[in-house]
Amino acid sequence: MSFLDSQWQGRLELLIAAGRAAGADLVEIFLERFDRLSVLAEQERVTSVNPSLGCGAGIRVFHGAADGYRDGFVSTTNLSDEGLMQALDQALGMLNLQRGISNGHSFAGLNPLSNYGSSKQNWLTQCPGVQTSADRLLEGTAKLEQHGKHLQARRGSYSRDWQEMLVAASDGTFSRDLRLHQTLGLSVLAADGEHRSSVARRFGSSDNPRDLIDWDADAAARDISASSATMLYADYIEAGSYPVVLANRFGGVIFHEACGHLLETTQVERGTTPFADKMGELIAHESVTAIDEGVSPQSFGSLAVDDEGFEPQRTTLIENGILKAFLSDRAGELRTGHARTGSGRRQGHSYAAASRMRNTFIAAGPHSPADLISSIDRGLYCKVMGGGSVGPTGQFNFSVEEGYLIENGALGKPVKGATLIGDAETVMPRISMCGNDLDLAAGFCGSVSGSIYVTVGQPHIKVDSITVGGR
Amino acid sequence: MLNPQQLHDQLSTLAKQEGINQWDLGAASGTDLSVQVDRGEPKQLKGAQRSAVTVRAWTSDGRVGITSSTDLSIEGLAQALKGAKEASVFGDLEEPPGLSCRSLEPLIPLERPRLALQPIQNLLKTLLDAERQLLDLHPAINTVPYNGLSERNGESVYINSLGSQRHHLSSSSACYLYARAEQDGRKPRSAGAVRLAYGSEQLDVQACIKEAAELTISHLDYSAIDTGYYNCVFSPEAFLDLIGAFSNIFNARSVLDGLSLSNRDSLGSTLAVPFLNLWDDPLHKSNLGASAFDGEGTPTAPLTLIEAGNLAHFLHSEGTARQFGVAPTGHAGMGSKVSVGPDWFVVAPTPGIAAGDAQLNRHKADGVVWIDSLSALHAGVKASQGSFSLPFDGWLVKNGERISIEAATVAGDIRKVLKTILALEGEPLVTPGGMCPYVWVEGLSITGET
Repeated sequence: MSFLDSQWQGRLELLIAAGRAAGADLVEIFLERFDRLSVLAEQERVTSVNPSLGCGAGIRVFHGAADGYRDGFVSTTNLSDEGLMQALDQALGMLNLQRGISNGHSFAGLNPLSNYGSSKQNWLTQCPGVQTSADRLLEGTAKLEQHGKHLQARRGSYSRDWQEMLVAASDGTFSRDLRLHQTLGLSVLAADGEHRSSVARRFGSSDNPRDLIDWDADAAARDISASSATMLYADYIEAGSYPVVLANRFGGVIFHEACGHLLETTQVERGTTPFADKMGELIAHESVTAIDEGVSPQSFGSLAVDDEGFEPQRTTLIENGILKAFLSDRAGELRTGHARTGSGRRQGHSYAAASRMRNTFIAAGPHSPADLISSIDRGLYCKVMGGGSVGPTGQFNFSVEEGYLIENGALGKPVKGATLIGDAETVMPRISMCGNDLDLAAGFCGSVSGSIYVTVGQPHIKVDSITVGGR
Repeated sequence: MLNPQQLHDQLSTLAKQEGINQWDLGAASGTDLSVQVDRGEPKQLKGAQRSAVTVRAWTSDGRVGITSSTDLSIEGLAQALKGAKEASVFGDLEEPPGLSCRSLEPLIPLERPRLALQPIQNLLKTLLDAERQLLDLHPAINTVPYNGLSERNGESVYINSLGSQRHHLSSSSACYLYARAEQDGRKPRSAGAVRLAYGSEQLDVQACIKEAAELTISHLDYSAIDTGYYNCVFSPEAFLDLIGAFSNIFNARSVLDGLSLSNRDSLGSTLAVPFLNLWDDPLHKSNLGASAFDGEGTPTAPLTLIEAGNLAHFLHSEGTARQFGVAPTGHAGMGSKVSVGPDWFVVAPTPGIAAGDAQLNRHKADGVVWIDSLSALHAGVKASQGSFSLPFDGWLVKNGERISIEAATVAGDIRKVLKTILALEGEPLVTPGGMCPYVWVEGLSITGET
């Protein structure tokens, strides 16, 4: 049943008009209702079922073109008229504005509702219920038992996040959407004497109620079991500088973290990106073209409309090594002049939107993955990447979950404990070969506007030299 | 303001209507204010009114269901209870959580101030002043890209069908300043500092500025470090971060799940050098986030984890304690599967034993790596394997002189680290996450950027 729809128009217009009359240059109100479910299965038992319901609003006020558009943001879980007006007053007060003291700013009213959710009304009921979710997870942990060896713990987890959102702003923006994100994870811990390996995989989709039902549990379990068995007896890698081949799919996390964040206008505003004044310049090897988009059907980072009511675009960030665009939200456009790209995103009502990535990937190149491996005498093949982070000076580090030595142009023994370290400015020009096997993987990105759903991706790529931490 | 008696009465009535005999509830609400600034201008001013409630309901055969909501009204409680009842059908019969047998015990009184929130313009003025002072301290410091000053007033409630009614009021404030410095032809460097207090007026902002500046400046003249094995000295914060990342060693939930480096028979086994003691001290006077009860209403209290190098106790929830035949220790969260975790670690020498090599002094060392802070623990720690490979900020100490390390990682195994501690240098120092002296560790693998 619809909760956030055009019936809110009158209430929102009153709030926005009050904010404008108080002198705000722009007033934006984001409303959400959510219905979440998480299920955990361990070995042969379902050990946790967690439903979670809620709603809330975030009100943002911009003021002062001459001062670079300062903004105040207040969130609340009280959606009564009184609660919302109180939040507006607080946001106005942050900018020394006061309701009732008219500054003569007018408000022409909201546009007719752009309803991106009208065809999605039944998604929540079409999603699998708890019993089906539990059954599928138990099937996954049973498959792990069937295919794995020396397994000490087997886990399957599922989470479903259904969100109804409504955004209204004093520029007339009035949009509604329904969103559905589902994630599915399988993990194992294997142990044999002193040898241990832990392997996890996570899958995710948006806007596909049948995602869990259609999931291939057997294929996932085989992949994880094989990886676990390989890594159980792997030696630690010797630290040093290596040429590296990064596999496709989640290998793209490095571009996301090391370079993608530096192409968000949030970083331009802060002065923390080395690329701020390099538009049109060569910032990467000419073999690199990188794209961020929010339009691929059912990809984890796709959205019909962003959290500021702007339709997402396909944004070419880097073309043949040359910087072409930044990812921009409303504040980014106001403060840096980079046009909005439909990248205004937030975890929920308690965060102000910020320019964030969606589905980000390096485009495919002409080489086969075998070409990349065979071009290296001694190096490292990173088949599966783990997590990582980027520091305030752009320095990144990423763990390698499943790695292999490359010896004389061929894959050698598995190695563990590798960490890739470097910085984007140094590493981007060293991506000398891109494979022809672009593939994407779902992930979560935590940053200034909270944790959001994203996709990372790339083909196999070769980095000529990178520092590898090990033992 | 949350009213435990009223919530208890409301939920009792609703539970009776639903035919539920056993239930509990955890609720929290609060108000947050925060500001960020950017080169003399307000960057973002933010406020939030938060509320959350979690209700658990048990079936007559002992299965538990749970539902969380942001709605603390009577309608919201009714919806949450109904959701919990529906979810209880899927509850785990083999290892179900119960109500804590200690949820009715008296609590150790917590005498902590609860300070009123300041107007947000006061926070803004304080932070703008702090940023300006920090920028003025050194010509190479050109921005403070990560900064913030926040205040929070909150309260939490735990009630259950046994009659437990817990209520906790709190206030807190935090200031962080991370400066960025650049010199011609060299990579930018960044470092920072954090201060916590019960309210913004109690924050030692000047100390935060001074520490952020000193650290940032100390990293300006950096050099690459040769890859190899080095004796390392961990700052209190860095060592506590490392211990915290491997806290599954002490976690009974992880032991039962097969995800810990310990097992049920590990109590009494040697984990560390004999001069190391470690305990969890949730009620320590320096723990600003202290609460007198955990997520199950169990009173919190100090608990020894490593005594003279040996594993002394596990952290427990109600459910894990029942499985081990001991009492809950006050370290539970709230859930259908209850999480367990530490609060505030204290590392100190074992009384009556020399704390390792008393000659070791980081200010007079030679060829030693001083690890000031670790990062990316979420990615570089394999908690269930014991291994870590982590980037760090620190210095190579040569003939007593500190030389900032350009970029490097430290790698090792926590079980080996604990057994190769060379010394605990100086008295334990208070950090936001616990207390610890400087800790010397023998021969860790350091990889420098080449």
